[in-house]
Amino acid sequence: MAEEKIPVLETKSLGIQFGGLKAVNDVNIEIYKGELIGLIGPNGAGKTTIFNLITGIYTPTTGSYILCGKRMNGLKTHQVVEAGIARTFQNIRLFKKMTVLENVKVAFNKNMKANLMQSIFRTPYFWKEEEETTEKAMELLKLFKLDGFADQFAENLPYGKQRLLEIARALATDMKLLLLDEPAAGMNPVETAELKESIKMLREKFGIPILLIEHDMSLVMSICERIYVLNFGEILASGTPDEIAGNKEVIEAYLGKEDEDEGGDV
Amino acid sequence: MTKLIQSLMYGLNLGSIYALTALGYTMVYGIIRMINFAHGDFIMVGGFTLFYTIPVMKNLGMPLWLAVIAAIIVCVGVGVLTEQIAYKPVRGQGSTTALITALGMSLVLENGALVIFGSAPRNVSPMFSLPTIEIMGASIPGQTLLTLVIGFIVMAILSLFIKYTKLGKAMRAVPEDKVASTLVGINVNKIITITFAIGSGLAAVASMMYTTSYVSIKNELGITLGLKAFVAAVLGGIGSIPGAMIGGLLLGIVEILVKVYMLPGTYEAVTYLILIVVLLVRPTGLLGKAVSEKV
Amino acid sequence: MPKIIRKKLLINIIAVVMMFLLLCILFDTELLGRKAAYFNGLVTIGMFYTIIVCSLNLLTGYMGEFSLGHAGFMSIGAYASAIGTTLISNRTELPDIVLYIIAIIIGGMAAAIVGVLVGIPALRLSGDYLCIVTVAVAEIVRVILSNVGIEEITGNATFGKSFAGIARVSDYHYVFITMIICIAVMYSYIRSRYGRALISIREDRIAAAASGINVTKTKVLTFTISAAFAGVAGAIYAHYITTLVPTYFNFSKSSEFLAIVILGGSGSMTGSIIAAPILSALPQLISYVFPDFASYRMLIYAVVLVVVMIFKPTGLFGGKEFSLSDLILKPKSKKTQVLSQKVNQE
Repeated sequence: MAEEKIPVLETKSLGIQFGGLKAVNDVNIEIYKGELIGLIGPNGAGKTTIFNLITGIYTPTTGSYILCGKRMNGLKTHQVVEAGIARTFQNIRLFKKMTVLENVKVAFNKNMKANLMQSIFRTPYFWKEEEETTEKAMELLKLFKLDGFADQFAENLPYGKQRLLEIARALATDMKLLLLDEPAAGMNPVETAELKESIKMLREKFGIPILLIEHDMSLVMSICERIYVLNFGEILASGTPDEIAGNKEVIEAYLGKEDEDEGGDV
Repeated sequence: MTKLIQSLMYGLNLGSIYALTALGYTMVYGIIRMINFAHGDFIMVGGFTLFYTIPVMKNLGMPLWLAVIAAIIVCVGVGVLTEQIAYKPVRGQGSTTALITALGMSLVLENGALVIFGSAPRNVSPMFSLPTIEIMGASIPGQTLLTLVIGFIVMAILSLFIKYTKLGKAMRAVPEDKVASTLVGINVNKIITITFAIGSGLAAVASMMYTTSYVSIKNELGITLGLKAFVAAVLGGIGSIPGAMIGGLLLGIVEILVKVYMLPGTYEAVTYLILIVVLLVRPTGLLGKAVSEKV
Repeated sequence: MPKIIRKKLLINIIAVVMMFLLLCILFDTELLGRKAAYFNGLVTIGMFYTIIVCSLNLLTGYMGEFSLGHAGFMSIGAYASAIGTTLISNRTELPDIVLYIIAIIIGGMAAAIVGVLVGIPALRLSGDYLCIVTVAVAEIVRVILSNVGIEEITGNATFGKSFAGIARVSDYHYVFITMIICIAVMYSYIRSRYGRALISIREDRIAAAASGINVTKTKVLTFTISAAFAGVAGAIYAHYITTLVPTYFNFSKSSEFLAIVILGGSGSMTGSIIAAPILSALPQLISYVFPDFASYRMLIYAVVLVVVMIFKPTGLFGGKEFSLSDLILKPKSKKTQVLSQKVNQE
């Protein structure tokens, strides 16, 4: 891997405490350009909490995280997005009563320049920008074969398509790093296969690094280059899928208990 | 000094009215996360019940405090009906719908009273005729002291009830976790109705205290009284029963002190300013607990 | 501007001009005789209600937050503009239209300034808490207005707590044009990237932030705009009624505005535009015939409000918009539209 360059994302002993509980403790993760990294671990291990830390929803109590050499601690969520980290959510968070197209257009907002007066007085620039944004959004939707649903409310999409729309929306923010939180959760095998294709397509087309939380082991093992295993808020192991699959501790902590994990986090 | 003691007594009196009312807000909010805007109007209902029943009791030669029982019965009736007819059907339809329904019920009671009783203020005839009492040189009307004592006794009984009875424990359990409460065999719907009944009953006691001290009532009585009692509930920490009592007493004392010593005209503005400051600095109030959203 | 939108705009402009002409024919000719002044007043009331109800809908329907203090912002606009115009007319003689424009600008600006000052701290809160803060703000404003010395500021005599002798410049011609501009501005705001951001916050605050939307900024901006239009409505009211009393702008007034928004349909501008004039003017019209009706008015609204909440919580229009131009340009029924969409997909 490209060890010679600075990482896209680097966390340095990142941690957060809720009351007396160390939900995440001393987590060091590095992601380099073009990598697809898996983040796995039993339920409640703190995976989503790490995402929430990296995206400014929670403020870390210890450590820091750095995007392309820039320290990100203390930024608000929208500033994190502006800096270049986009994410999806474990329990899908779409703008339900907005159309599929609008869902994506919202994410283009930060790059749009028509100011309040131009928007209210409907200047030619306003119309031009609106049309361009619609075009860009439609292109993104096409990539995920969602363009046929553009005018439907997001809540009316089938489950698997909703997950894809969330990814499309994240992509629209024009990011440097993509965080996917259990994109395959609740999907049937056909949808999972479709998702896998989409993720592959993303990497080929955009070359962006992805950090992926996933419970579907076969998916993680088949597409990730490296994997971090989290347990009780700490990194238990990291390495290639083969190394992880052969790691005794991991098998004990995680794979051995896989049956219990089927309950799903709420 | 005399003035201060007098102000403090009046403050305590007003404070217990707020406290009794705030209890109704806080208990309901604790269980169903809804600001029951109609709660202030329950006091107005109690006030009008007293207005009509006190003369009746007088004519029949019956003890006048029976009018309070009548007020309690009417208020509980109105409270439970409000819950059953309007709030129960919209439960689970989101906080927006609940808020609007509560506001709607408040308007129904207010304007219903306007249609029935008209807009002119009425004077409730005094229930007790007690001599004025001198405390350290300050003269306090006897009935103010009496209602103050009644208010405190009611709050004490409520605290004991909540703390030690099975029903009281259930009432504390439901706000913590509705699903778990159901699992341990608590009938959540029943608890909600009982909460409304108790809250409305307390409002009736508050209306007794109010009319004894302030005499005049009208259909809009519930709005400001209700809003201020809600401020008291927020100040104490919404959802917290001891918080409502402390918040109410504190607000009453502060309001009277501000009125007497600082801003006689605009003292009410201070009350609302307190609310805004509390919400911005410590939204959980003095004794409330923080609730965070799961991401 | 896309062609279809240009067409729609044209249709809307024609409709607005036709309405304006209709009003002119009704009130500027002898058609209504002596009753003209009365109906004229009703129309003016209906128009400033439309402005304030739409401005409140901006918060309720599109931002998803409740303000139960809009009467407060309205009163700020009313008092500020009335003080302004009274001071001006004490010194110089200005044509009505100029005085009216000055009133509107002062009213809107004053309410907007208070809106920003309140919004920046208060919009960290949401839901019930924000709602109750707006109540508190309006009550504070009302208490202060009840105690402020209008006489000392303007030099004109006052009667008790009322502020009388305000120039009567809210002519319905001006008010109509103001209303159209206000609606157009709010509509454009919603149908721009700002409005999109706003609605996304209503739908999911966290997802909106994670899509790069500055939640606080968008909310404060919208709150300010909403307050500004409430102030404009207040300015119109002050210069129509000519006597202000602080108790008019109480909690019940704010609740009435909110009730109209909800009944018309939260999140539907057309709902507000239809509901506001009907629910404000119609009862007065009925009480013209049955004098007792006035006291029943709010009771009926309240009962309807509760019933609507129980059976159709989305209100009359339920977030949908009615469009005259769509009706003219696309006379096909809904069913055929859906069908044609399906065909296009395949």
